[in-house]
Amino acid sequence: MYPANFDYKRPATVDEAIALLAKHGDAAKVLAGGHSLIPAMKLRLAQPTVVVDIGRIETLNYLREARGAIAIGAMTTHAEIESSALLHERSPLLAETATHIGDLQVRNKGTIGGSLAHADPAADYPAAILALDAEIDLAGPRGRRTVKAQAFFVDLLQTALEPNEILIEIRIPATGKSVAYVKTEQKASGFALAGAAAIVGADGVRVGITGVAAKAYRATAVEQLLAGQRTPTPQAIALAASHAADGVEPLADIHASAEFRAHLAEVNTRRAIERALGRA
Amino acid sequence: MADTKTPYVGRAMKRIEDPRLIRGIGTYVDDLRMPGLVHAAILRSPHAHARIRRIDVAAARALPGVIGVFTGADVNDACGLIPCAAAIPDLKAPKHTVLAGDRVYYVGHPVAVAVAADPYVARDAIEAIDVEYDPLPVVANAEDAVKPGSPLTHPDLGSNIAYTHSVAGGSNIDEAFRNADRVIKHKLFHQRLTPMPIEPRGVVASFHQGEGTLTIWTSTQIPHLLRTLLPGMIGVAENKLRIVAPEVGGGFGAKLNVYAEEALVAHLAMRLHTPVKWIESRRENAAATIHGRDQVGEYELAVRNDGAILGIRTRTIADLGSYLQLLTPAVPTLTGLVLTGCYRIPAVKIEIVGVYTNKMATDAYRGAGRPEATYLIERLMDVVANELGIDRLEIRLKHFPQPAEFPFATSCGLTYDSGNYQAALAKAKQLANWDQLLKDRAAARTAGKLSGIGVSTYVEICAMGPSKAMPAGGWEWGSVRMEISGKVTVVTGVSPHGQGQETTFAQIVADRVGVPIEDVVVLHGDTNVAHYGRDTYGSRGTAVGGTAIVMCIDKIVAKAKTLAAHLLETTSDHVDFENGTFSSPGVTSRQIGWAELAGEAYVAKNLPPGLEPGLEASSFFEPENFTFPFGTHIVAVDVDRETGQVTITKYVAVDDCGPQINPLIVEGQIQGGIAHSIGQVLFEKTVYDENGQLLTGELMDYAMPRATDIPEYIFGHTVTPSPVNPLGVKGVGEAGTIGATPAIANAVLDALSPLGVTHLDLPMTPERVWQAMKTTAATTV
Repeated sequence: MYPANFDYKRPATVDEAIALLAKHGDAAKVLAGGHSLIPAMKLRLAQPTVVVDIGRIETLNYLREARGAIAIGAMTTHAEIESSALLHERSPLLAETATHIGDLQVRNKGTIGGSLAHADPAADYPAAILALDAEIDLAGPRGRRTVKAQAFFVDLLQTALEPNEILIEIRIPATGKSVAYVKTEQKASGFALAGAAAIVGADGVRVGITGVAAKAYRATAVEQLLAGQRTPTPQAIALAASHAADGVEPLADIHASAEFRAHLAEVNTRRAIERALGRA
Repeated sequence: MADTKTPYVGRAMKRIEDPRLIRGIGTYVDDLRMPGLVHAAILRSPHAHARIRRIDVAAARALPGVIGVFTGADVNDACGLIPCAAAIPDLKAPKHTVLAGDRVYYVGHPVAVAVAADPYVARDAIEAIDVEYDPLPVVANAEDAVKPGSPLTHPDLGSNIAYTHSVAGGSNIDEAFRNADRVIKHKLFHQRLTPMPIEPRGVVASFHQGEGTLTIWTSTQIPHLLRTLLPGMIGVAENKLRIVAPEVGGGFGAKLNVYAEEALVAHLAMRLHTPVKWIESRRENAAATIHGRDQVGEYELAVRNDGAILGIRTRTIADLGSYLQLLTPAVPTLTGLVLTGCYRIPAVKIEIVGVYTNKMATDAYRGAGRPEATYLIERLMDVVANELGIDRLEIRLKHFPQPAEFPFATSCGLTYDSGNYQAALAKAKQLANWDQLLKDRAAARTAGKLSGIGVSTYVEICAMGPSKAMPAGGWEWGSVRMEISGKVTVVTGVSPHGQGQETTFAQIVADRVGVPIEDVVVLHGDTNVAHYGRDTYGSRGTAVGGTAIVMCIDKIVAKAKTLAAHLLETTSDHVDFENGTFSSPGVTSRQIGWAELAGEAYVAKNLPPGLEPGLEASSFFEPENFTFPFGTHIVAVDVDRETGQVTITKYVAVDDCGPQINPLIVEGQIQGGIAHSIGQVLFEKTVYDENGQLLTGELMDYAMPRATDIPEYIFGHTVTPSPVNPLGVKGVGEAGTIGATPAIANAVLDALSPLGVTHLDLPMTPERVWQAMKTTAATTV
């Protein structure tokens, strides 16, 4: 468990961090809470020659209302999201989702920006981020740009981030209380075999699903079947949920077959919608 | 504040060893620092089976800070062969060197070692070693390995079968089957498990040039067995070899072994004239520390329609892995020893086939053979009950020996020391509120829920054991010294690493000697302090090691009485000894305490003629038999119809380990044992793919039970003393995991029984449960 040699840089500002990335290119890796990168380095699966630690850039750690949305700094920890009064009051889905991540130690150190940028296909946040239709701000040498959640997740461990960019902010809309995240854990890691995040609103439901495919996705078939329904019947929900894995190629490994993942996507989607409705 | 409330024995006292462990100030192998210490890292095979064509270490040797890089050709001759202590007739065994020769036989097989001034450089160095492999056909499955035409794990042995062990016991088995109304057949798997102690292995070795003495600190359960076995490997005389087991962060059988790294690191320390440290990573621990279980068996029961079981015939294939570690081939034979469980079953015939595969060796893992046997017999009792429509408690009671029939000789060849299986079952029923459980299950089923109840009544083998039944002697040694100050120093040959004998032995000694428990220190785990011992495994510590301590106390008290009689001017038969005070009422009002007596014993100016100075004694205790703890576990579960998720809703364990020295420690042992079973039944499994690649090499992939998986336990006990030792104690380190596995499995299958599911392999993961529900739903519609 000894990583290969690397240089450690701790920039004080986002601009400094971007300059370091520009200088070192592919040889550099960004370190946030360290819960994905450091284990990979200890196993020498990742061997960056420069580690750029943005975890202590204070200006990236915030949770605030901004023009009707809630803006979350990339270095906000899972524990801060889990316990945020603002989120509980205005947009509780992300806070609920954060409670499912790892254990207390992981939540105290891990950050939302780090998790999203790593894009583990079984991480919890992407389900909620997609259901919330979040906006994600990236900063690079040419300035700042905004990417919608659905465009951010590209493939297994791949995002819209360029190697010289840093994820700096996530913005989510305010929602009602009718939200829920229902997850089946991979027993060893605690990551999702299938996690479904649902938001029920006046115009229907939005569902994000993680763990099932190479990247998290919006369950558009489910959403279309329930479009315009403020209080769908259990039968309508069940029918819609049966389309939770439509059009995706479920993953298969020693923890679950593709068939079981697709099945769990359906069950957890239905349960998430029902639970969200129950919270109205 | 001194704890002087006596008796100490029987009290649920917190453990004396805990504060240092909880505060993080215990000393584990990796905590050791010493001048000149250098670090070893081991390059391991990425292939399950391959020929090594070439190893190039030049680049590794050239790295700054690298002290040496060695391959099998450099060290194997000096390190000898890794021993297997199991005495199995006609055993075919491969030569097991510390580093690979020209072939590798499993993923994780050590190929080369690098030594450097710091562990990072050592790790860099093994990455710089270039090995060219020619992959060879892989034997990944033991059942396939015995089929004709299978590739061979060790081509030079000519077969994958290491041994075939057949035992027949009791009455004639063929007659039993002739007299049967029906034969019930079943095939059961016991999946491979990774012991995964929280502290992986680690070794530090230091050679003193001047004295010619070698000290090895190693995270082991068996410092004394190592001191017996390592001299034959590395050529250091037994009396110049000191083995120290410092704090050991869990063993569960995984550290009941002699490992390549122990000899290798010792050799490197002698060769390089400097102390060497090697610390196993989690990944190495998963790949190259022994695994447990991995047996598949076909079982046939001869039964009469009234439920009488006349005989069991079994054929078990045991996956040994690629090499024999210390007890690898013996563990499956233990399964045969308790196959009849706590039942009178007149005839047994057991055949065990030990098979080599390209995997890590299997060996003793918590329970070693008894969990396998208990799972089999307890699952089979339910199968028979279901097939014949007999209540599963009735069928168990029907086959229990009566309490008066003990010692009870089984058809497997053992003599159970004492038992009252009926009482344990009755108590468990009462604690579980059995009738209410049945009503709750009926109500849940009416409501469309899947709810089940499981029972197991188990017996197991502890206090290992009589020397004639053990490969290297099964006695235990101890010494007790009354110091001149009146403090008591206890030295034991067992090597506790979580079992709590620093506390339980102190309780025993404080009571019997009559001193506050704070005045007692228990030393262990250093062969220069505890000169002899047979270490800790097989739930033997208190029953065997504790008895040796009791024998010492008896000797000291007898000697002290002689001295006290002299000082009290009477004869020793007129001396009373109580609560640490010697007196002779009617002769004198004078009372003598230990401090005064010990002072006289060591200052030695006023001793009776012929009495040696000092107050110490040592003893070897040779048990005449094993002990046989038993109990009943009752479990209730709910199964989620949609996700297959199993939730334990009630857990009742009634265990009889004889009199309890410390009920808190007993409860802790049972809790931990049940946790192991929850893992085994519901999610744990070590997975190799068809190429022999280990897919569960990390805790991200190997599922361990967590605190949130553990239900509220309801514990009860019955107390049936063992006649085998004066304490009457039986042992409790493995009981939980022996009783719990079948109870949980039976509960899950009971929950699924309305769907027509009659069998599920372990582990009963949500997907397996879901698949079974789906399959039976499809066939019954």
